[in-house]
Amino acid sequence: MRRFVNKWTILGVCLVIVALWAINVQDWHQLWVISSTPDNIPIVAMLALVPFFTWMGIRQAVANDRLIEQLEADPKLSKTHHRKVEPWRPGWAREIHVWPYLVRIEFLATVIVTVVLFIWSITLNAPLEEPANPNLTMNPSKAPWYFLGLQEMLVYFDPWIAGVVMPSLIMVGLMAFPYVDSNPLGNGYYTLRQRRFALWMFGAGFVQWIVLIVIGTFIRGPGWIWFWPGQTWDHNAVVFDKNIDLHDMVIASSMGSTLGLGFLGNEPYYGIYKFIFGLIVVTGFFIVGALFFHWLMTVDFKKMRMPRSLRPRELHSALFPKSEFEQKILQRTSLLQYLTFQFFAVSVLLALPVKLVLRLAFTIKYVWVTPWFNI
Amino acid sequence: MDTDPKDSKETKQLTTGEEDRKSLVTRVKEGTSALKDRAVDEAKEYKDPQETQLWKSIFRVSHDRSDPRNRSLAILSNVFLHLHPAKINRDAVRYPFTWGMGGITFYLFIVLTFTGVLLMFYYHPTKADAFRDILYLEHDVPFGKLLRNMHRWAAHLMVITTWLHMFRVVLTGSYKRPREFNWCVGVVLLVLTLLLSFTGYLLPDDQLGFWAVTVGTNMARATPMLGSEGPFGPQLGLTAYNDVRFGLLGGSIVDSNALLRSYIWHCIGIPLVASIFMAVHFWRIRKDGGISGPAPIVLESEMKAVKKK
Repeated sequence: MRRFVNKWTILGVCLVIVALWAINVQDWHQLWVISSTPDNIPIVAMLALVPFFTWMGIRQAVANDRLIEQLEADPKLSKTHHRKVEPWRPGWAREIHVWPYLVRIEFLATVIVTVVLFIWSITLNAPLEEPANPNLTMNPSKAPWYFLGLQEMLVYFDPWIAGVVMPSLIMVGLMAFPYVDSNPLGNGYYTLRQRRFALWMFGAGFVQWIVLIVIGTFIRGPGWIWFWPGQTWDHNAVVFDKNIDLHDMVIASSMGSTLGLGFLGNEPYYGIYKFIFGLIVVTGFFIVGALFFHWLMTVDFKKMRMPRSLRPRELHSALFPKSEFEQKILQRTSLLQYLTFQFFAVSVLLALPVKLVLRLAFTIKYVWVTPWFNI
Repeated sequence: MDTDPKDSKETKQLTTGEEDRKSLVTRVKEGTSALKDRAVDEAKEYKDPQETQLWKSIFRVSHDRSDPRNRSLAILSNVFLHLHPAKINRDAVRYPFTWGMGGITFYLFIVLTFTGVLLMFYYHPTKADAFRDILYLEHDVPFGKLLRNMHRWAAHLMVITTWLHMFRVVLTGSYKRPREFNWCVGVVLLVLTLLLSFTGYLLPDDQLGFWAVTVGTNMARATPMLGSEGPFGPQLGLTAYNDVRFGLLGGSIVDSNALLRSYIWHCIGIPLVASIFMAVHFWRIRKDGGISGPAPIVLESEMKAVKKK
């Protein structure tokens, strides 16, 4: 399996997907209208900038990782080596003067940015629509692109979660990150192998944010309806919302009737059954989610293999092999750090994609219905 | 100073006119040529402007001499440059390490302040004038369109560079001890950047801004315990006329008060707060030991045990 996963096969698969998509595009004009909207140009620019800088970072990380491997294998070398991939000769000064070696770079940067801004501003006009008119709703009515992630979240959560709780959790979670990351390695240099888990978590958050923005920009059309890129925006399109709550789905399912769960639909005491059902579901989600992240932060993917039998011990050793390094990091982590991380990881990093899939693939609206709020 | 006695002598000669019987014309000629020589001599000194009293009063040190003391002083004695240390890690100036995104973000903030102040000369934050002012700016003000375009695109670019800066800090692990707090300040600055952009969106008073802000502030209505439609809001007696959205908009709909509030937050409130946070951010970079790297690699076997108190 591993033999077939290399950059050429990945590139090939991507090309095939793009080609299949391109064949199916019905309306290139619509695509052009969306991506050439002046306010969307920054996203188009980001689609180029983010991969470029990711590549630049990963390239340096790979070089450093190679050096780390070398130094770990050769204790003698690790005592004499200057421990950077940048060239070094014994006579060289470790520090250089800011004037002129840094100041000239900064000056050059300001000149380049100014030129880019001038060219951009001469060639592309800032958008200006009709005068504000409260009686004429824009359809689709979209926030600026950097807030489209939040607006897209409105599809999956009620406004108080999507607009208030989630942004606050993201902000506080970001601020908490340095305090819960107990790994002392990789401070001040690019590396992948020494900070595998932290980078995975950041990457997951960053990718989710970008994906939501891309969905909000390129996919959501009039009425916030899902139009695939290349599909014509139909202003008369109507989608009948057949989303149902999880407890209703359980009642209607064959499993629900076999287990006799029909009573969930009864509403004594303001729907106490529904409330308890939702509470169990959400608590269960947090427990399973925390177990998932625990597995992710301790597992050694290289030692993972297909289980030979279904005995618990064999399953455990095949699917949950512990990484020694991550075990060491975990020992440095205090209980408070661990729980804080788990809280933010499950309630932001996991809850968002899970609800997205539940809503889009299983048409589930709420998993927890209470008289005061719905989740 | 040394020419003064000569001057007074000449004056004396002119008044007495007995010792020297040269004609008035000759004496004027001689005087003129002496004055000319003096002017030429003095002008030669100005050929090196850096030697003038004026220059020396502004710049305490020469910026083109390459001795270490002078190079350090060039940074330390300049109010704008003293943000930097005199010397840095030799590998830190390599572009692939920092990507320069933090500095570019700050430069864009300066560009935005500059273009923003110019825009303020042409803009009234009132329902009657706002949209017309934009039209006026685009069609009648010299370079008005360029000014507005530049302000808008610089704002978009600033959001992008802030993100990329953050991305780099994550990749190099620069948020780790001792820079945890500065990372937090950075997160606040990211939020302020987004809010600056958002408050500016309403100002042209066109459909785009109006509906974007309507959608945005409608979310505030749903704030738990602070919004009239949020969880526990109605129970606490909140209505559309006293909740957090009302406070943001200065009314129950996006109207003239919202425009004014947006304008003041955009031009005064948030830039002021952001400047304070920026000052802390830059100060802390120095106090936390400068930029984080490129630092020498630390191996797994060298990880120190956690100190137990």
